[in-house]
Parts: sequence; structure tokens; C-alpha cells
Amino acid sequence: MFLDALLLHAGYNAALVSVGAGLLGFAAGCVGAFVNLRRRALVSDAMAHATLPGVGLAFLLMAALGGEGRNLAGLLAGAALSAALGLWAVQALSRTRLPEDTAIGAVLSTFYGAGIVILTVIQNLTLGRPAGLEGFLLGSTAGMLRSDAVLIAAGGAAAMLILYALRRPLTLVAFDAGHARMMGLSPRRYDMILMLLTLAVVLLGLRVVGLILIVALLITPATAARYWTDRAGLVALIGGGIGAACGYVGAAISASLPDMPTGPVIVLLAFAAFVLSALLAPNRGLLTRALSRRALRLGAAR
Amino acid sequence: MVDPTPLPAPETALSVTGLTVAYTGAPAIEDVTARFAAAAMTAIIGPNGAGKSTLLKAALGLIPAVAGEVRVFGQPLAKSLPRIAYVPQRASVDWDFPARALDVVLMGLYRQTGALGRIGAQETAFARACLARVGMQAFETRQIGALSGGQQQRVFLARALAQRADLYLLDEPFAGVDAATESAIIAVLQSLRDEGRSIVAVHHDLATVPAYFDRVLLLNRRVVAEGPVATTFRQAQLAQTYGAALATAIPA
Repeated sequence: MFLDALLLHAGYNAALVSVGAGLLGFAAGCVGAFVNLRRRALVSDAMAHATLPGVGLAFLLMAALGGEGRNLAGLLAGAALSAALGLWAVQALSRTRLPEDTAIGAVLSTFYGAGIVILTVIQNLTLGRPAGLEGFLLGSTAGMLRSDAVLIAAGGAAAMLILYALRRPLTLVAFDAGHARMMGLSPRRYDMILMLLTLAVVLLGLRVVGLILIVALLITPATAARYWTDRAGLVALIGGGIGAACGYVGAAISASLPDMPTGPVIVLLAFAAFVLSALLAPNRGLLTRALSRRALRLGAAR
Repeated sequence: MVDPTPLPAPETALSVTGLTVAYTGAPAIEDVTARFAAAAMTAIIGPNGAGKSTLLKAALGLIPAVAGEVRVFGQPLAKSLPRIAYVPQRASVDWDFPARALDVVLMGLYRQTGALGRIGAQETAFARACLARVGMQAFETRQIGALSGGQQQRVFLARALAQRADLYLLDEPFAGVDAATESAIIAVLQSLRDEGRSIVAVHHDLATVPAYFDRVLLLNRRVVAEGPVATTFRQAQLAQTYGAALATAIPA
């Protein structure tokens, strides 16, 4: 069953989910590399959690207007708006004397709590077929449509194009924002672009991985990639490759096991890739280093 | 390393007028007015907390100023940014960043290459020449975190060289570097000065001021004195700057 899913033989829907998750993983790994370099991992986690109230409110609005309530584009628009509000809240709080991590903690938990309250209200209202909204929490690919996969592919491709075109200024700003300003670049503008790209990945990943764990798909493959190379562009590419593999295989595993949410499986695979990289990578891997230290010791003893 | 455009030769490379910066509450620098001579090496000297780094950063617009005006070669700052190279304190960046020494120097070429321009053989050769000028050609493929402190400082200087600037501002370029690196850096700075470029450096080691620099600015939140080393770098002015007489071999 798992092999069938891996080879795209487990039916049209499973194949769609695997390919979609693979594309999502690639986009997340590439964008995540720059998120890591600019140290925005926690901010992107807060942003992901801040999508939840927007999803709920968008559902309520669409249901109240007599719509179906589960229109994906509408839900994503709501998610984007409340994520942007969450990002703004983090930045506004950081401008006071609060340290940034405190601001992130406050915003993340408040928005997530508000989202859960709204979802609970929705479930008690028996209004507009709410079943499946909780799939946004941990990812649920069971009902994924062809149009969802196309959305992920198109959105991911657009994000990759922008990221490729702006890789140099983003790298300059991440390494030395002061120097970037001397080069005529605005760190604030490029930070904003990076956050928009991250938001795009978060939105594309809501259906597949879910908002609680999407940050892991951004951060972990890129962190694993850092062990294999010392060049920023390659970190992004390798991170994309690892993310794609995790998304693809994870979706296949989830499709072949009953009721297995996709997000956690993908994230565990990404963690495995990280552990393998941390142990085995040439030069930086822990095991590689231990072996070369041993060789040095033996050489010295002789 | 010859700049294709000949330098116009105004007297003043950098002038700040009435510059005041406050982080929270008390100003870090207050009403600083100073002219930094062109084609000369000027040291900014003063005790810890005197606002030396703040003066450099505020002059470059890297931190907001409460008041004041900055002109570079007689032009407003925004217009003259391409003519300025800034070498920040080494501790201001994350050296674990995935970049090799050559990649960092290539960042100094961003104004030429832009976001999408090709980095070809010509650009790479130029970046290599910048590394060679600071004696780092053997380390071009080394990850920057695997370099020693002195080597990292030299890579920063090579990145500044790649900018082909007319004004170089350096924040403690000799902090925590060994004697070999210090003399290599000072040789490069003096050769830049001899090409007609202007150098301003925050400096800590009073003993080397007369040997390294042409002029000094003595700063303790306000300007205490400014002028040629021979007439300004004196016991009386230093005592006024540091708030106590210093037991050194500085002429009275």
C-alpha cells in the first residue's frame, strides 16, 4: 500500500496529494533557508498560528452570506488577513520595551486561542457544513482537490521565482543589514518581502501540513541543509530538496495509513533528515567529526 | 585597483553639523560638529561610552539622529552613499553565516552586479584581487566562521575595498586582532590614503595614534578637540577627554 502510494499508484487523489505536498516542501525549504538566515523562525510560527481566527471568521462570513463556507480561496484570504494582523501586532509590541520573543509568545497564544474559540462556536452553530475546518490545524489531505494541488503548484512557483530574483539582496540583508543599507538596499522592505513569501508558504501549507506544524517544514529542512554546504544559495536549494522529499514521502505514508494526519508525518520525516544530516554530513557532522578526531588521536599516538 | 573616475579634491570628506543622537533618555552624542579632512587618516578617540561608534553610525544614517546634518564631499548623504565604505565592528554579524570569504567580498560589488547581474570571471577576479590586497588570497573558499578574528577583520576590509569608495569609515578595525593583521590593515589604509582616499577610524590604542594617523577627533559625547595629531593629541586635551590625567608617554 505504501509502495503504491510512493509510486503514485494508489489512486488519483493520493497521487495529487503526494505531488502537492512535494511542491509545498520544496517552496518551504527554500523560503525557510532565508527565514533561518534572518532569524525569523519564531516570527513565522506566530504568523502561522495567527491564521486561525481568520479561517474561522472567513467561514462565518461566507456561511452568513449564504455561501458554502468552505471555499478554500475565501478561507485563505481570511487567514492571510489575520496573519498580517498578527505580524503587525508582533512588530508593534517589539517597538515598545518588550523583547521580541515575549511579543511573539503573546501574539501566538492570543491569536491561536481566539481561533479555537471561534472554531468551537462554529461547531456549535451547525451552520454551513463546518466539518473539515479542524483539518487546518494538523493538515488533512483526504479531501484535497485537483484545484488545491494546482493552487499549491502555481503559488509555490510564483514564490520560488520571486525568491530567486531577490536571493542576493535577501542574503545581503541577512548577513549585515547595515552594509546592505550602504549598498542602497532597504532592510525593512526586504524583511517585509521575506515575511510575505513566508506567509505564502504558510497559506499554501494550511491544507497539507496545518498551521501548527508548518513552521517545522519551513525551518527543519533548511537547518538540515546547513550541514551540507557553506554557501547560502546552496543551503536554500538543498533545503528545498529535503523539504520536497519529506512532503512527497510523508503524504504517501499518510495516504496509506488510516486517519493519519499528513502534517505530523511530514514533520517527523524532516526531523529524521535533520538528525541524519547532523550526524553524517561531511566536515560538520557529529559522527564525521568524532571519526576524524579519533583518526587524529591515533595518528598522534603512533 | 585604480578608480576610473578621478577624485575631485574638496578639503572636507565628511562633515557633521550639530549631530545629536539619543537612544533612551540622555543623548549618546550631543551637538557634534566636526569636519573630517579629505585624503587623510583621522582617528576618533575617546573613553568607553563616549559615542564613537554612535557618531559613525549616525553619520551614515544607520541609526536615527535627533538633530543634525551630514554632508559627504559637499553632497547630502543619500546622494553620496555609493562613495562610502563602512567597516562595522566584527562582532556585529553572525560569522556562522553560510558564506565563504570570497562571497563576502563579492557582496561589496552589489552596486555593480545588482540583484540579477551575472557574477562572471571579471567580478570574481576583482574580488580575488581585493582579498590579495589584505593578504587573504589563500582563504577565499574558507567559511568565514572558520577564520581567525584578524582574518575576519581583513575580509571585512576586502569587502570595503571592493566598493571602490572614496571615504572609508571603520569601527575599531584593530579590536582583538594580532600584530601581523594590525600592520597589514594599517598598510592598506595608508595606501588608500596615498591614493587620495579619506579614512576615519574609531581607535582605542592611544600608543599607536601618532604612528598611524594624521588627525584626531577627541570625543566624549561632545567634541573635545579636533586637529592634526601633532598639535591636538596632547596630555591636556586627553585629560579633558578621559576626565583624568593619563600616565602615558603622550607629549604635554
